[in-house]
Amino acid sequence: MKQLKAFGAFWYDFVIGDDWHVAALVVAGLALTAILTHAAKVNAWWLLPVFVVAALAWSLHRATAGRK
Amino acid sequence: MNALPLILTVFIACVVEAVEALTIVLATGITREWRSTFQGMAAALVTLAVITAAVGPAIDHLPLTALRVVVGALLAIFGLQWLRKAVLRATGYKALHDEASAYLREVTAAQQAARETKRGVSDWYSFTLAFKGVLLEGLEVVFIVITFGDNQKNIGAAVIGAAAAILLVTIVGIAVRAPLTKVPENWMKLVVGVMLTSFGTFWGAEGAGVHWPGNDAALLVVIPVVAVVAGLCIYWLHSRKAAVIVSAPASEVVGS
Repeated sequence: MKQLKAFGAFWYDFVIGDDWHVAALVVAGLALTAILTHAAKVNAWWLLPVFVVAALAWSLHRATAGRK
Repeated sequence: MNALPLILTVFIACVVEAVEALTIVLATGITREWRSTFQGMAAALVTLAVITAAVGPAIDHLPLTALRVVVGALLAIFGLQWLRKAVLRATGYKALHDEASAYLREVTAAQQAARETKRGVSDWYSFTLAFKGVLLEGLEVVFIVITFGDNQKNIGAAVIGAAAAILLVTIVGIAVRAPLTKVPENWMKLVVGVMLTSFGTFWGAEGAGVHWPGNDAALLVVIPVVAVVAGLCIYWLHSRKAAVIVSAPASEVVGS
């Protein structure tokens, strides 16, 4: 069990890293892009870059807010 | 697409990873024992080969659309992690990754650890440290080579970039027998972060079904845009830090 936990923690750290919000925003951006493209027939090429920029800015804001 | 950006991206990413692995191996080998260190390195390389052999062909069998969504998402997340760290380091919110101090930390820990013989390895500490260091940095190399190579249908070019980087760092490491402190790691990480994020965004969106204006040429816009955003973030955090420092004495006066 301990080894399984360590294995899971290793892969979480490897893929998700320090801030899970980044991964969540990227996945949300991809899902919304797919929905807009396939369901609404909108060529939403601009949506994922917006989510990516927002993820970086949000994560940096969280990491530095109130710090000197 | 031209193979040169692919080779250069993989090369820079792999130099960064190889330098970090070299620091751990040198600190362990010089302080403790080379034999167990090499055994740990060899075990890590065999593990990496097994993972590559298992994952590589499996990825090849995935449909291109699914592959682009999964790989795009992973690359974008990975790239944003690198960008985040590089921006925080460039603005002083996080300590710069200094190979000299990382080396000293490893050396101090290695000198204090007890010696233990286990499973035919004379120094278990050296073995596990070298194994973990090479495996972790190597996994990132394997991930970048497979994802970039497979998406561009040019695994050969990605392997050339990675092999050149590892060879170069190994040769320089053997020559100087010291951590490579002169490598501008943070700026290289920033460049790789920009490339991984750009390629990830491009492939991910393509996998989700969009058609980029100008097809592959859109990457020539996406990459500079991500680079400019990273630059703006550095400017933003510098300004924010300066504002906090300037406002601190004023609030202290108000408080007193």
